[in-house]
Amino acid sequence: MLTILKPKSSGDLARMGVLFALAALILFGALRYDNFLSSFNILSFLRYNSMFTLIALGMAFVIITGGIDLSVGGVAACSSVVAAMLSTHSWWAGLAGGVGTGVLAGLINGLVVTRMRIQPFIATLAMMLASYGAALLLADNQSVSVSYDTGFTVIGQDDFLGFPIAAWIAIAAYIAGWLVLERLPAGRHVLAIGDGEATAGLLGLKVDRTLTVVYLASGALAGLAGVILASQFGAGQPTEGVGWELFAIASVVVGGTLLTGGAGSVGATLAGAAARPGLQHPEFRERSWMDLAVCLLAVGHSRRLPAGGRYPPGQARQQKRSELTWRHYRIFRENRYW
Amino acid sequence: MTMTDTPHKQGGGVSPLLLISRYGTFAAFIALLLFNMAVTPHFLSWQTFNVNLTQVATIVIVATGMTLVISTGGIDLSVGSLMAISGALAPMIFMGKLFPVENTALAVSLAFVIPVAVVALLGAFNGLLVTRFSIQPIVATLVLFIAGRGIAQVMTNGNLQVFKTPSFQFIAMGNLFGIPAQVVLMLIIAALAYTLIRYTVIGTQILAVGGNEKAARLTGIPVKRIKIFVYMISGALAGLAGLVVIARNSASDANVVGLGMELDAIAAVVVGGSLLTGGRANIVGTLIGALVIQLVRYTLLANGVPDAAALIVKAGLIILAVYIQQRADKV
Repeated sequence: MLTILKPKSSGDLARMGVLFALAALILFGALRYDNFLSSFNILSFLRYNSMFTLIALGMAFVIITGGIDLSVGGVAACSSVVAAMLSTHSWWAGLAGGVGTGVLAGLINGLVVTRMRIQPFIATLAMMLASYGAALLLADNQSVSVSYDTGFTVIGQDDFLGFPIAAWIAIAAYIAGWLVLERLPAGRHVLAIGDGEATAGLLGLKVDRTLTVVYLASGALAGLAGVILASQFGAGQPTEGVGWELFAIASVVVGGTLLTGGAGSVGATLAGAAARPGLQHPEFRERSWMDLAVCLLAVGHSRRLPAGGRYPPGQARQQKRSELTWRHYRIFRENRYW
Repeated sequence: MTMTDTPHKQGGGVSPLLLISRYGTFAAFIALLLFNMAVTPHFLSWQTFNVNLTQVATIVIVATGMTLVISTGGIDLSVGSLMAISGALAPMIFMGKLFPVENTALAVSLAFVIPVAVVALLGAFNGLLVTRFSIQPIVATLVLFIAGRGIAQVMTNGNLQVFKTPSFQFIAMGNLFGIPAQVVLMLIIAALAYTLIRYTVIGTQILAVGGNEKAARLTGIPVKRIKIFVYMISGALAGLAGLVVIARNSASDANVVGLGMELDAIAAVVVGGSLLTGGRANIVGTLIGALVIQLVRYTLLANGVPDAAALIVKAGLIILAVYIQQRADKV
């Protein structure tokens, strides 16, 4: 039983790649630019990228289940507006409001995916539109200033033990994410669902509930990113977050997680998320070619890994197989064999 | 699909769900028209007609190609970026930045042909990734979705290209019998695609590939070639739409041309009633789907509802349309 649920070694090998790439990037940066490894540079890097890494973590879990969450950017924008509006009461009201917005959006995503059986791609796409709409409505098409009196801006701007608080939040989230994926049964369930939803159902796992929780978590992390965004920039930004979902997907894919689901790691996602902003080169010409390189790397991953024995080559056979097992699953469920 | 399913379908008669899935979008379209005639002032004017149609023209052009791709069971996320590439390339050609052309007529016709051809080749590259390398369509087209806009920026050095070339801008500014040229273009393309799907062998083969790829391969249909063909068509149509957009704006900005177009196109296809799993291509549905989305937005705006609320309504519309399609397909 355990061997079925364990990720295959070819995936682990691919995830090593991102660490080498990250090391190469850091080496390149250190050689090419002065002050690249200065403490100021590193700390501001951590401060301004913590929200992206949070989103990448949620995205990693969603992608491991074989889904995708395109709504993260919109949800972050919406929750940044809610957080900014509530920050006049107290800092924790802003925080709770922002995260709550994300939880609500994630819950709706999860329910639409599991109950209405709508492809994650479409469900979260609709949520992206809806959350931008809600953000613009709430904010009346303007950015909403946060309150500077209640200490709300501390979350995004201040340090704790010489480290940005936003980075502490991201570190805590990654440790929690690693614990869940690698050490708790829930993580095995997530991997099993990504490997084959029908099979996971046959094994008696609560597929729908796990999927809902995963989308909820992704929404909550996007909400948290929105809170940090509002706190850092001093305003809720209803039009921010465009393209964040791509950033997150790229981080996850560069981290060796399969877009088809069933394999992935939290640590490699962190490395992928750290490598991506390294590629956000101010000079767009170099950035464009780096983007292309990252894409091709991602395509290389998604090509190499399934061929490593996970799926038979050819999508038709893959579809057929899942159709068959899905039918079995329904037979089982309708007859209440468990 | 299997033996056990067939008696079910025959026994039940026509279910209301099936009726909704088949005629729901059209009914919504008629209802929206009637509602607007009754409520919205000045709805039945030539200007309103033209404004709404020019708004959907580029969406329909792109969505037509998207319908073909989706009917093979794929998806094309790269259309927006491909629009940016063709939009960046065309002014460079007719303004003689790429190579000097003395004759204006020749330069303008080259500015139509070359960008569309280049972008069609990029579409074929998408198809190649999907077929030869068997990469999921979402990932394969994500490459050009991300990198394509960057390529367009590199080509233009990140600059805005402003121009005033009436002969080129005819496709957006011109009129044919009082109807905007881009609307005529949209109708021609939709009609061509309809003919392709309905009356040609290739059309049948496209649907066969989407319906059951393995069966299609066993019947001797060149599955890979068909797939490359649809991605190429999708690319070419995106390129054409890019030309219309820059001609309309008298300017080409690689950052903006075609931004978010893939979502609009997919939404039109989905609301139009083509299944995302493939095997069905409803070109007329796509046209009506795009019109419904546009009319909903227009109705809300004309009656004082902010644009942001229209986004939420659009999201609900997409979910509802997909839900009904999927349920009806299972009946």
